[in-house]
Amino acid sequence: MTGAKDAGGAAVNRVIPGRRRWHVKENFDLLLFCLPAIAVVITFHYIPLYGVIIAFKKFTFRRGIFNSPWVGLANFERFFRSAHAGQIIWNTVAISAYSILTSFPAAMLLALALNAFRHQKYRRVIQAVTYAPFFISTVVMCGMITLFLSPRVGVVNTMIRSLGGTPINFMGKAAYWRHIYVWTGVWQRMGWNSIIYFAALSGVSPDYHEAAIVDGATKLQRVRHIDIPFLIPVATILLILNFGEFFNVAFDKAFALQNDLNKSVSQIISTYVYQLGLVDNDASFSTAVGLFNSAVNAVLMITVNSVVSKLSDNSLF
Amino acid sequence: MTAPAVTRRMKRGSIGRSRSDVIFDAILFVFLTLVFLIVAYPLYFVIISSFSDPVVVARGGVTFLPVGFTLDGYKAVFKEKAVLRGYANSLMYTAVGVCINLFLTIPTGYAVSRKDFFARKPIMMFYIITMFVGGGMMPTYVVVRNLGMVNTMWALLLPGSITVYNMVVCRTFFSTNIPDELLDAAKLDGCGNTRFFISIVLPLSAAITAIMVLYYGVGHWNSYQSALIYLNDRNKWPLQMELRNILLLNSIQMTNPVMTPEQLKEKERLEAIAEMMKYSLIIVSSVPMMILYPFIQKYFVKGVMIGSVKG
Repeated sequence: MTGAKDAGGAAVNRVIPGRRRWHVKENFDLLLFCLPAIAVVITFHYIPLYGVIIAFKKFTFRRGIFNSPWVGLANFERFFRSAHAGQIIWNTVAISAYSILTSFPAAMLLALALNAFRHQKYRRVIQAVTYAPFFISTVVMCGMITLFLSPRVGVVNTMIRSLGGTPINFMGKAAYWRHIYVWTGVWQRMGWNSIIYFAALSGVSPDYHEAAIVDGATKLQRVRHIDIPFLIPVATILLILNFGEFFNVAFDKAFALQNDLNKSVSQIISTYVYQLGLVDNDASFSTAVGLFNSAVNAVLMITVNSVVSKLSDNSLF
Repeated sequence: MTAPAVTRRMKRGSIGRSRSDVIFDAILFVFLTLVFLIVAYPLYFVIISSFSDPVVVARGGVTFLPVGFTLDGYKAVFKEKAVLRGYANSLMYTAVGVCINLFLTIPTGYAVSRKDFFARKPIMMFYIITMFVGGGMMPTYVVVRNLGMVNTMWALLLPGSITVYNMVVCRTFFSTNIPDELLDAAKLDGCGNTRFFISIVLPLSAAITAIMVLYYGVGHWNSYQSALIYLNDRNKWPLQMELRNILLLNSIQMTNPVMTPEQLKEKERLEAIAEMMKYSLIIVSSVPMMILYPFIQKYFVKGVMIGSVKG
């Protein structure tokens, strides 16, 4: 009996980290836990990664990935020589930058305000309401936008009309498109994005605030000198995450809000990749544009992260 | 400062709420009420419009309460076969999809949460790489097509059926909520990993399972991109694709002047229906979300908290 217990005791010790020993046999079943997911990720992520070589070929479905002829960098040259390239890249960057510059301050401001707010119950109501739009699907969101902004029956235009103005075809004018895209995004995500800042602020030890109160600091001063410095590390990490996605503007919303009249600003890399690949049936060209995009993404994410990890303790890995 | 001094100053009112604090509180109140109204009013407007006479809504006559109360919009929604079919499809895709997601994500999350798991680091690397590089749309399409999955629901459910973020949330949950001592005790009694996972870990994972169900479920219910890419057969379309057809496509001025009489007729029909029922449709399509919202809010917020603690 004692022998068995000792063996058990040894097993206990082995779990403690720091005493590295590989329990391949004992924990082999843990690998089985992971296998289905690994199979799926290999099939739908790593094999397509290999399929990227069609960017350097003239791919047709009939010939397949292997037998399609090589064309070298022809697809990339075609993209960079085309009149669209500059405009599409600029559209993507502009939307990205505009979104980050608005959504970051909005979420932080909301979190700071909520944190400093005295009425607990009202605060909870505001939180529940501001989180809600996050769960509205892209299609419904864009449906609401076009419905509200419709030149004939939209609320916004009936208001403009009743104030004596002439109705504006918002969705048909390229000049408005970015503002609509970005500010509806702020409306939809501000509450949700504030959660993480709000959580960071709740983690601030009350000692700081008590000490500041004793020293006669006003609320505004406490927000400036206690709350905001505490938000900076969280904001840094989120900024890295956002920069990694800088060239990766989501397909859904841009595509849903796109029409022929606003395409000059609404065509971004992801919608262009879709159009090339599945509307124009040019898989190789589409993949080349996509590959350019993800290469830029990867470089951005790695660079930004290494820069920040040098500057501070905050980094992703 | 001594304690009596503090009390004295408190009585004088110089501690707690000074005059600038009162102003500050008032500004906060106004600001947050403004935010509240800006977010809430459009949502409220959709609700009251869905119960109002479409003609009055179009004239701008609805502001605070429904005008000309009617359920015609809802009746029109429920008469539209495409919407009902989409609804049924979406429910099925969401249910099946979530099962696949759970089956893949939770065991993986548990396995990589174990510090004594020999393949923990390589497997994490395997997933982290997918965050940085990806094949993109067309190479994935080629793979899905070669597997014969185009036009089947598997094309929507299998690619992306485990997301790194959710897996990391699971890992963090397990490494903080399943104490090592529990595993040691079970091992003493001769319990293997599989049995430990099924009869001890899973019963303790109600919270993380709820979080995962909601995260993935909302994702399935709301997504339209993969259906747009992979499903040509309209009978298989999820609700969001039908919504897109009704809410978005016909409200865009089509610049294609050459339409067959059939297309024109279909367009006119769609337009008439759409005007009638857009608001009701938005409400009907969001019903599952509204019912689940209290849970969604609670568990989503929890998920964000777990996710923000890096393990």
